[in-house]
Amino acid sequence: MVMEIVCPAGTPAALRAAVKAGAHTVYCGFNDETNARNFPGLNFNRNEMRAGIAFAHEHGSKVLVAINTFPRAGDEAIWQRAIGDAEICGADAVILADPGLLDYATRTHPRLRRHLSVQAAAANADVINFYAETFGVKRVVLPRVLSVPEIAAINSETDVETEVFVFGGLCVMAEGRCSMSSYATGLSPNMNGVCSPASHVEYREDQGVLDARLGGYLIHRVERGEPAPYPTLCKGCFSAGEKAGHLFEDPVSLNAEKLIPQLQKAGVTALKIEGRQRSKSYVAQVVRNFRMAVDALDAGRPMPEGMLARLSEGQAMTTGAYKKTWR
Amino acid sequence: MSNSQNLIPQCPAALAAALRVVPLAPLSLSLTVFSRKIAKNHPDLFQRLGEHSRTAFVLDPTDLPIVLCLDPNDGMPKVKLTRGRGTGAARISGPLAALIGLVHGAFDGDALFFSRDLVIEGDTGAALALRNAIDDAELDLSHEAAALSGPFARPVQRLIALAERQTGLCLTRPEDVAIW
Amino acid sequence: MELTVGPNQFFWPADTWSAFYDDLTRSPVNHVVLGELVCSKRLPFYQDRIPDAISNLIEAGKDVALTSLALVTLKRERKLTAELAEMGVMVEVNDLTALTHLPRDCEFSVGPLVNVYNEGTLRWLASRGARRVCLPPELPIGSVAVLAATAAELGVAIEVWGHGRLPLAISGRCYHARLHGRTKDNCQFACEDDPDGLDVLTGDGKPFMAMNGVQTLSDSYACTDHQIDLLRSVGVSALRLSPQSRGFTRLCQLYRQRIDQDLAAGDLATEVRAASADIRLSDGFLTGAYGAEWSETSPQSTTSR
Repeated sequence: MVMEIVCPAGTPAALRAAVKAGAHTVYCGFNDETNARNFPGLNFNRNEMRAGIAFAHEHGSKVLVAINTFPRAGDEAIWQRAIGDAEICGADAVILADPGLLDYATRTHPRLRRHLSVQAAAANADVINFYAETFGVKRVVLPRVLSVPEIAAINSETDVETEVFVFGGLCVMAEGRCSMSSYATGLSPNMNGVCSPASHVEYREDQGVLDARLGGYLIHRVERGEPAPYPTLCKGCFSAGEKAGHLFEDPVSLNAEKLIPQLQKAGVTALKIEGRQRSKSYVAQVVRNFRMAVDALDAGRPMPEGMLARLSEGQAMTTGAYKKTWR
Repeated sequence: MSNSQNLIPQCPAALAAALRVVPLAPLSLSLTVFSRKIAKNHPDLFQRLGEHSRTAFVLDPTDLPIVLCLDPNDGMPKVKLTRGRGTGAARISGPLAALIGLVHGAFDGDALFFSRDLVIEGDTGAALALRNAIDDAELDLSHEAAALSGPFARPVQRLIALAERQTGLCLTRPEDVAIW
Repeated sequence: MELTVGPNQFFWPADTWSAFYDDLTRSPVNHVVLGELVCSKRLPFYQDRIPDAISNLIEAGKDVALTSLALVTLKRERKLTAELAEMGVMVEVNDLTALTHLPRDCEFSVGPLVNVYNEGTLRWLASRGARRVCLPPELPIGSVAVLAATAAELGVAIEVWGHGRLPLAISGRCYHARLHGRTKDNCQFACEDDPDGLDVLTGDGKPFMAMNGVQTLSDSYACTDHQIDLLRSVGVSALRLSPQSRGFTRLCQLYRQRIDQDLAAGDLATEVRAASADIRLSDGFLTGAYGAEWSETSPQSTTSR
């Protein structure tokens, strides 16, 4: 069984590019606060979603609709409507995180397949099986805090399909459990679908030295010629006690292409690429590479590798929590 | 040191020199007409700007002595070329080839930004909205220019032909397959 | 309005831990949640003190609950979580994993690290047996009001984060260990040196966060001095005070007085500042534009942007 490549699409053009580049599955969201990449200029209105899904289906690809923020008290109808519209648009599944919304979808849209978002941070087999029994969840996107052996252990104890991130931005905190962004800016992944929002970013270049601030907090200061990572809070340069540096995480991005065979042995169904905020050119290149990798693996050919470094943040890569020493 | 730096051609001095002397007012008018034509053919582009549909942008090709001030004006865009720094809420600076490469989907904006080939100043949210909207629009500047007619068509077509000839820049959208 | 003492988020020596809960038996608080929230590796150091602390607190008339871990991944942690229900006191769920181990008819509490953002989730939890819910600290007052109204219909008590460094994130990675060049498995309990967390500053020296092992907290101490009357009026039934190594009994008294109107609005914050001059306060999550904001215009405040 070829491992499934699950690709991001921030725009209809990116969706078409991903499908043409060989994505088995594309995930995307509506252009509002119901999805965790609620960035300016991104995402799909209802017509675009319907057309995008139709395009993907014509080419044999699936589309998952992410409705993975936590509905605001008093405004749950916005999120509930998104579920109904995803079903009408022909989505192959919805990706949900909020228990209340899962409960709603289970009761009112029983035939719409439900995936558990990484934002639910379901990090062990007990809770994954609980989501399956309670809400009929068919697949779980695993949080980026687990090692490969831990993923294998989870798969040995559950029938729920697992999907893991293999490329792109890396959350160092358990997803869906982080309020650092709203602490600094008032906008959070859970409530607003944004982390370290661009609206609160301020770059100032002086004599080649570039300061990047978020909500007034200095996150990075880079010298002339150094790469300029986006000022994501948890990847900033800070000091504590006597030490200074990237105390939480270096400005690296995840690349687990070399671990694909191990992830397959660990029972993983699908490989997920992060980056709905990235361009269609990026999406297509990454998809093409990962598709080649899983096809090679399936055919018993050697894995191509190392083609993706240029596309990553600050040009540095990590395998993240998949290797236990990361912790 | 980024790889992409090696890949982005610099605009040759000849074009830069020409732009130092030509009158900019007629060119601005032509580009305004051109941008309205694009707006008409790609209404989604301006819808995608959302709350930034009236934000003033400055696009600064760092290898040219001019900047392009773009006011989306809620779908009725205005373009003005100036020789100063220009004024706007958001500024995107980089070699002309990088800016055009973004429009044509040949480059990834984030990657150019990480490598500092592109620099964003001012309203970062607005700059990202513009980047994302343009990425979705799948524009082909040569194709759009060729479709122009009327008194303003010639200057735009001549400018694009000049730019292509002088720089070797790709102003025609590469075929999807050719990119990868 | 009642006072709840949340689980201690930090790693304290066992004797300090015991003395803290002994002091609480004489403090004007109603509910006490104890146990290990942040890191399962800390638990063996004080685990044997927990039964005594529970019985002393119950004897002193306090309502006691035992917290789950905030993030359950390892086999050992799953086992610990399963055993919580057998301790004979109410369980506070801070990772839904704990819920999976509770008998179906068992009542429980929900802690601030479970994502209760809306009525749907609150109703679902209530249907599973939730009786007390401490809301996530990032919720604005508007959401708190809607949820408190729903909770009243459901017979669920609503708590709000009242005072203390805000729990902002939990990770698989230990930052204290990373700071000392160690891995989590070989952390040598570096977090024990920082009984209230280790201050994290930005590159230009501005206080920002505090690290506490796998947890990241706010630099500022949340303080609801200015919101207490508002919270009461929307139906919040308890404020949660988060343990700190110094002056905690006094803090409990101050909040009791403030709730009972024996202390005017603003006086509580003044007292807190008098006790530790360099402390930064915040109440932005509830009523401000962003979490770190402090509503009082005060020359000492360094939390403003």
